[in-house]
Amino acid sequence: MSPSDTTLRDLHVPTPVIDPPDDYLHVEQTLSSWIFTTDHKRIGLLYLVSITVFFLLGSIAAGLIRLSLIVPDGEIFSNDIYNRLFTLHGVIMVWFFLVPSIPNTLGNFLLPLMIGAKDVAFPKLNLLSWYVFVLGSLFTMFVMIWGGVDTGWTFYTPLSTEYADSYVIAAVLGVIVVGFSSILTGLNFMVTVHKLRAPGMTWFRMPLFVWSLYATSMILVLATPVLTIALILLFAERALGLAVFDPANGGDPVLFQHLFWFYSHPVVYVMVLPGMGVMSELITAFSCKRVFGYKFIAFSSLGIAAIGFFVWGHHMFYNGMSPYAGLTFSLMSFIVAVPSAIKVYNWAATIHKGAIRLDTPMLYAMSWIGLFVIGGVTGLMLASTALDGHVHDTYFVVAHFHYIMVGATVVAFLGGIHFWWPKITGRLYSEPWGRISAFLMFFGFNMTFFPQYLLGYMGMPRRYHVYPPSYQVLNVLSSAGATMLAVAYIFPMIYLIWSLWYGERAGDNPWEAKGLEWTTTSPPPKHNFHHMPVVDFEPYDYPNIAPEK
Amino acid sequence: MQHFLPHFPPQLWPPAASGMAAEIDAMFAAWSIVLFLLVAPVFAFMGYCAFKYRAGRDVDRSHREARNLTIEMSWMIIPFLISLVFFFWAGDVFLQEQTPPPDATVITAMGRQWMWKFQHPGGQWEINDLHVPVGQTIRVNIESQDVIHSLYVPALRLQQEAVPGRTTQLWFKADRVGAYRLFCSEFCGADHALMAGTLYVMSPTAYQAWLEHANNRPTLVSGGRQLFDGYGCSGCHTPGSATRAPWLAGIYGHVVPLQDGSTVIADDAYLRASILEPAKQIVAGYRPIMPSFAGAISDADLASLVAYIKSLSAGNEPAP
Repeated sequence: MSPSDTTLRDLHVPTPVIDPPDDYLHVEQTLSSWIFTTDHKRIGLLYLVSITVFFLLGSIAAGLIRLSLIVPDGEIFSNDIYNRLFTLHGVIMVWFFLVPSIPNTLGNFLLPLMIGAKDVAFPKLNLLSWYVFVLGSLFTMFVMIWGGVDTGWTFYTPLSTEYADSYVIAAVLGVIVVGFSSILTGLNFMVTVHKLRAPGMTWFRMPLFVWSLYATSMILVLATPVLTIALILLFAERALGLAVFDPANGGDPVLFQHLFWFYSHPVVYVMVLPGMGVMSELITAFSCKRVFGYKFIAFSSLGIAAIGFFVWGHHMFYNGMSPYAGLTFSLMSFIVAVPSAIKVYNWAATIHKGAIRLDTPMLYAMSWIGLFVIGGVTGLMLASTALDGHVHDTYFVVAHFHYIMVGATVVAFLGGIHFWWPKITGRLYSEPWGRISAFLMFFGFNMTFFPQYLLGYMGMPRRYHVYPPSYQVLNVLSSAGATMLAVAYIFPMIYLIWSLWYGERAGDNPWEAKGLEWTTTSPPPKHNFHHMPVVDFEPYDYPNIAPEK
Repeated sequence: MQHFLPHFPPQLWPPAASGMAAEIDAMFAAWSIVLFLLVAPVFAFMGYCAFKYRAGRDVDRSHREARNLTIEMSWMIIPFLISLVFFFWAGDVFLQEQTPPPDATVITAMGRQWMWKFQHPGGQWEINDLHVPVGQTIRVNIESQDVIHSLYVPALRLQQEAVPGRTTQLWFKADRVGAYRLFCSEFCGADHALMAGTLYVMSPTAYQAWLEHANNRPTLVSGGRQLFDGYGCSGCHTPGSATRAPWLAGIYGHVVPLQDGSTVIADDAYLRASILEPAKQIVAGYRPIMPSFAGAISDADLASLVAYIKSLSAGNEPAP
């Protein structure tokens, strides 16, 4: 602060004279400057708002499901309403929240900043991708709320093609459209990483978050078309009577499962890989230490993306598939766990001898590691063929994938949002409320989903709205946990929004973190950097001995 | 809300009715121990580091490494090799599950929305429940008439999907007499959760007695009363049942208002048609939730059921 400023303050002049803000949030304020923006940061925020709305809707559906399961005899909702609720929950959470969650919000915002670019490679395509996403998802939402779909998010044939008496065709069309948004984003990110890195930003100087986004983009570009094909065939059979899956006309209903899981298993890694990327950033920043085994972590992202394409059959061990095919898919599933294990152990090693600050993002990061390990190893249990014969399609599976999709993806998303919030908005949120929410999230999550592992092993099938009364105690416990989880979601929405107006100004680098995004102002200017960055340093070049605080 | 008070004590471990189920339990227990051994050190180590190396604390932070090939290769390979034990163990049991012994008794299971029909070698059949003798190898050939279902018996730790257009199979040798739950585990539409019943594992003599009893042809009305339970009609067509369905006592010969505003006299033909094609004439005020029994019920049974329904006078409680 210059002496003249001090003088002004001392004289109680109300507002110091400052330059008009030129950051991306304030440079233009009209509505059209938002909805026709090609600025990757603004598009990231458009995505953030849209997926938050979808997350709220999906969470309300989940809350109603948990409400219904408090009693075993299905008295709260009818079978049809219950089936529509879990289909709504699944479709929203998978396609309209989890897939776009980290890549399209944090990824859109950060990818160009992290590699020192002004924007993504195709800014208009980026905006088109948001429009395609919003139009497709709103259409499906409308269909599912006003009409209703009761097939489950998996759309298994022949239930979806011949027997379901609901709006399957329209819902599927919306999902097909949203798929193109994924493909466009993946393409855009890959080209951006290849072509727009700043001078000196070599591949092995890229932050690990960028590596994980690159691997994610590969999956989006290669797997999404297969979902499109599967759903178009489903559409053709249901709407046009083309026999593809109907055994009466020489089709095979299991073919749909193959096509569906060829997309839907890799897409699990679309949900998890960006979260892993966020983890690498959070753990290094709050340990104030270079990441352990940079190349192992970077290549493990690519390894997960590649091997992840060869494990889909582990969803189908008991549908009459050849047992030797089953064993092959089982073995591939054990192999795909190796790169994930590498990451977890490398992060634990990164914490060792760091200078650890337990701020909100770090609390999320540490709970991420614990929940992901539990979710991952129970995934291996499910990949153990004979064990899957008992717990397949039970609450054990439900618990497992929620540990991965909520315990890992949502926790990483929240951790990332908290970490980069000061960069995105230029404001600091309330740290005590942040910590309380992170703790509530961890305990509420475990209370909701750990009982479901027990329910699954006891043999409670999933998608049951009526169940034997001996399963009630654990169901009530799970529903009680869900209320705590709901509070853990609501708190951040309140204090983060509050911070937009009342939060303390953040400064360029409140966490003293490394990485190009922290070298520019908060919020960044429209074109990200005031001067073209030149990278002459290694990633995560934290000082060898941490500074004293 | 008759079940608002939870069921105590809660069940925490499912009963095991076969040797293979016990082996799967052992595998699950061993996996859980390995899970604990893999997770606990990570938690403990993070907690230790977060305390010992927290910012501002004056501790020795020298010899910080950014890579160490030996350590990285070891934690890449060792957990993988440990987990492979379970790949082989589970795969071995899986192959046994998929290879039924040749001397097995064959029972046919037919899945349809929303019931299981089991047929015994002697022609006896039953709906949703399955009676089998203890100590004998049973092979169930599973088929589906409509969508994909999955026959799941938690006490056997086994399930197998019923896929239209193909026959799948599941085999077991139950070694403990008892009644165990049987479910459909693959989502199959509106009443998926009600497609459940009981597996009765019986002593061989009791099983023989059951087979003979099932063969007995009782009088039309008393037979119809048993069939009313056997086909699951009583699950809905009973006052106070969870699923709302018209109560049938005294209906015979009376006028029934239909959903579309017309009326019909409940005669023999109407009762028959309502069992075979329930969706055609819906009683006013009810939803079309009853599954069609066309193809699932023999003419003789249909006649018995109609005779039983005719015998019910208004206010007459059904015999238990």
